Amino acid sequence: MAAPRVVIVGAGPAGVRAAERLVAAGLRPTVVDEGMRAGGQIYRQQPPGFTRRPEELYGTEAGRAVAVHGAFAALAGRIDYLPETLAWNIEPGLLHVARDGVARKLPYDAVILATGATDRLLPVPGWTRAGVYSLGGSQVSLKAQACAIGARVAFLGTGPLLYLVASQYLKAGVEVAAVLDTSPASARFKALPLMASRPGLLVKGAALMWKLRGVPILRGVTPLAIDGDDSGVTGIRVKDAGGREHRFAADAVAMGWHLRPETQLADLAGVPFEHDALSGLWMAQVQADGRTAVKGVYLAGDGARILGADGAEIAGTLAATSVLADHGIQVPVAEVVELIGRRAVMDRFRRGLLRAFPWPGHLAAAVPDDTLLCRCEAITAGELRRSASDLGAPEVNRAKALTRVGMGRCQGRYCGPAGQEILAAARGVALPEVGRLRGQAPVKPLSIATVVPLGVEDA
Amino acid sequence: MHQSDVIVVGGGLMGAATAFFLRKRGLSVTLLERGLCGQQASGTNFGNVRRQGRFLPQLPLANRSREIWGRLPELIGEDVEFIRTGHLRVGYRPEHVGMMEAYRDNAAPYGLELELISANALRERFPFIGPEAIAGSYSPNDGHANPRLSAPAFARAATRAGAKVVENCEVISIERGVEDFRVETKTGDIYRAPMVQVSAGAWGGRMAAAMGEPVPIQVKGPQMGVTEPVPYAITPVLGVTTKDLPEVIYARQVTRGNIVFGGVGHGPADLDTIRARVRPEVTLQQFGQLKRIVPALAKLNIIRVWSGIEGYMRDDIPVMGPSAKVPGLFYAFGFCGAGFQLGPGVGDVMAELIATGATTTPIEPFSIARFAEKA
Repeated sequence: MAAPRVVIVGAGPAGVRAAERLVAAGLRPTVVDEGMRAGGQIYRQQPPGFTRRPEELYGTEAGRAVAVHGAFAALAGRIDYLPETLAWNIEPGLLHVARDGVARKLPYDAVILATGATDRLLPVPGWTRAGVYSLGGSQVSLKAQACAIGARVAFLGTGPLLYLVASQYLKAGVEVAAVLDTSPASARFKALPLMASRPGLLVKGAALMWKLRGVPILRGVTPLAIDGDDSGVTGIRVKDAGGREHRFAADAVAMGWHLRPETQLADLAGVPFEHDALSGLWMAQVQADGRTAVKGVYLAGDGARILGADGAEIAGTLAATSVLADHGIQVPVAEVVELIGRRAVMDRFRRGLLRAFPWPGHLAAAVPDDTLLCRCEAITAGELRRSASDLGAPEVNRAKALTRVGMGRCQGRYCGPAGQEILAAARGVALPEVGRLRGQAPVKPLSIATVVPLGVEDA
Repeated sequence: MHQSDVIVVGGGLMGAATAFFLRKRGLSVTLLERGLCGQQASGTNFGNVRRQGRFLPQLPLANRSREIWGRLPELIGEDVEFIRTGHLRVGYRPEHVGMMEAYRDNAAPYGLELELISANALRERFPFIGPEAIAGSYSPNDGHANPRLSAPAFARAATRAGAKVVENCEVISIERGVEDFRVETKTGDIYRAPMVQVSAGAWGGRMAAAMGEPVPIQVKGPQMGVTEPVPYAITPVLGVTTKDLPEVIYARQVTRGNIVFGGVGHGPADLDTIRARVRPEVTLQQFGQLKRIVPALAKLNIIRVWSGIEGYMRDDIPVMGPSAKVPGLFYAFGFCGAGFQLGPGVGDVMAELIATGATTTPIEPFSIARFAEKA
């Protein structure tokens, strides 16, 4: 039997470990990645010429970052690596990619989608002002370019990343105006039993809070508005848990409510989706070992379930073992059992995190009518509500057809989660009933200048 | 039990417009839609309100429809973004110019005035057109509209006018009784009416076959795409006069800035799964044709592609008019990927035909009887 052709999309922790495991089994996978260098978002490497040490870039995770980079470097010559390459479409057995304006088809017997995650956002009045960034974006700016998004930054949202990025900004010498968490303090205690599955991380969390001492931290806030003028953000206003209004002067705001998996390729590949009540997100259906209902399509990393970087490494290796087993290549049972066991701990912690830092769906549902919901198409929350009432849209794809919400260049990646809440509330139905936005190619904007080289496309 | 004068099966643009115009003529009407009105081909098509290039005997119908498009916001009380922008087809080779001249001469008796434009004048008036184009044929009164809004707007207008519009209601059987048709739905409801119109798009072929009138219909998906928004600069709807499908491209810019396009070929569509796909290689081939007709498009990104489910008749002519076998049964389906412009006119003509037994607009060429005769 010929060796299976395996394509891995993504060179973050999941993609790197998947490639490593396949190479160990004697395969030569192709790794497609949008980044210039391997590492993904979490272990993003700085561009050539930047000389910060790993400890400065990745803090407590420097060891893991270096290990992942090292593992990938060791694969050189044993994989086909396509950096700065967009996987823009997928068909059964064929991945469509584009790099430097040239399109290619990559035939595969198995594809491992390790596509990572992006911030989940909540529209707040004023969130489209210059100076408002996603948490992930503000972290990337610091990590990759050593640039801060402002001189005095307010952090709004919930989840561990909120505190982590705030502490990284503080360490970088930026003034942190406030950390404004929409989760009530009480939620954390309720989630403790689940989060105790990873005591080490709880300790890291406590250390993080120590670093942030002296910074105003408010929990259980309701965001009111991001203020600004022609030059951008001037401050942020919130209501605290007791109903008292606070205003913090700031020239930039970083905001995010956990991460959401990047699932467009899985969607285009025909993987079924399910609604996850705990996160409020639609997720691709995937087994713990990365297998999906679609033959030859495997998912790993945060693109499948948000388990964090170390969880992604496990999921990447696991998906690779599934690919191997499905192609008759022997995998030690003990290895799989051990990986699934470790993954289960991560998943338990994931559920704890979602309880400790819940997605504030009620805030999304209450976004004021005149607030812009869909940034790409400039559609307000009120227009979406009117599509539900006046135009009778029962679910998000109909609302998209009638209002353009989610029709723009992000295809609803940023407005989708909040839009679902708004539509469900306007219709008076449960969140899953309004469905999810169906994805369409291209996964990200694709240049019309893209050409198909003559004679090469039939690999 | 639900009784009305007419049951319309299918709430696409044809069915929704028919229901609206039947109400204007005072008939009671029930519209049964399997999903949501305008969700299939009526909502996924290119949005061309184009007469230029149509099968000539279709022009009287297209003219009647064009007149309705011009009255739309007032007529139905909602804006579906129809604008008269003109429609420009270009030709790349001398034989294309010959085709343009012949079509212009043949269309003139139908009242469709087309202006042929030389290469130099083309560049002067439409400076974005690429150097390969050697001539253009311009139809000043054609334009475009938003397909996602049009059929739902007609359905709402029909409802406001008194029609009973039932969505999420799939018809599973149509039976001719002594006085009435008996139409049964998947929801278990029975609807009765002395007259039924099948306007079920690509699914119309199955229904006609069930009524004893099989037709040669093929199901295909248009290959659509849209760019990111850029300043509004391309006024006319663009197309190509050619017999070669691989160089067919059509494009229009909406006033908000995005450029919608399609062409080159079709993709697979499935009546049972109700899914149609865009073939990735078609998207890439479209890039080549887009750059050929408007080279500056190379600077843009596309942000989304989509398809739909369209019914194409073997002779590329729709099925429209009375059944040749069953009294009281009418058809309006199989518009071969070119039905959007005709929609309001089809609704008006079918309502006239159903209400009065005749229509002042000739529709004989579209009769379903043409297939029976050949059988």
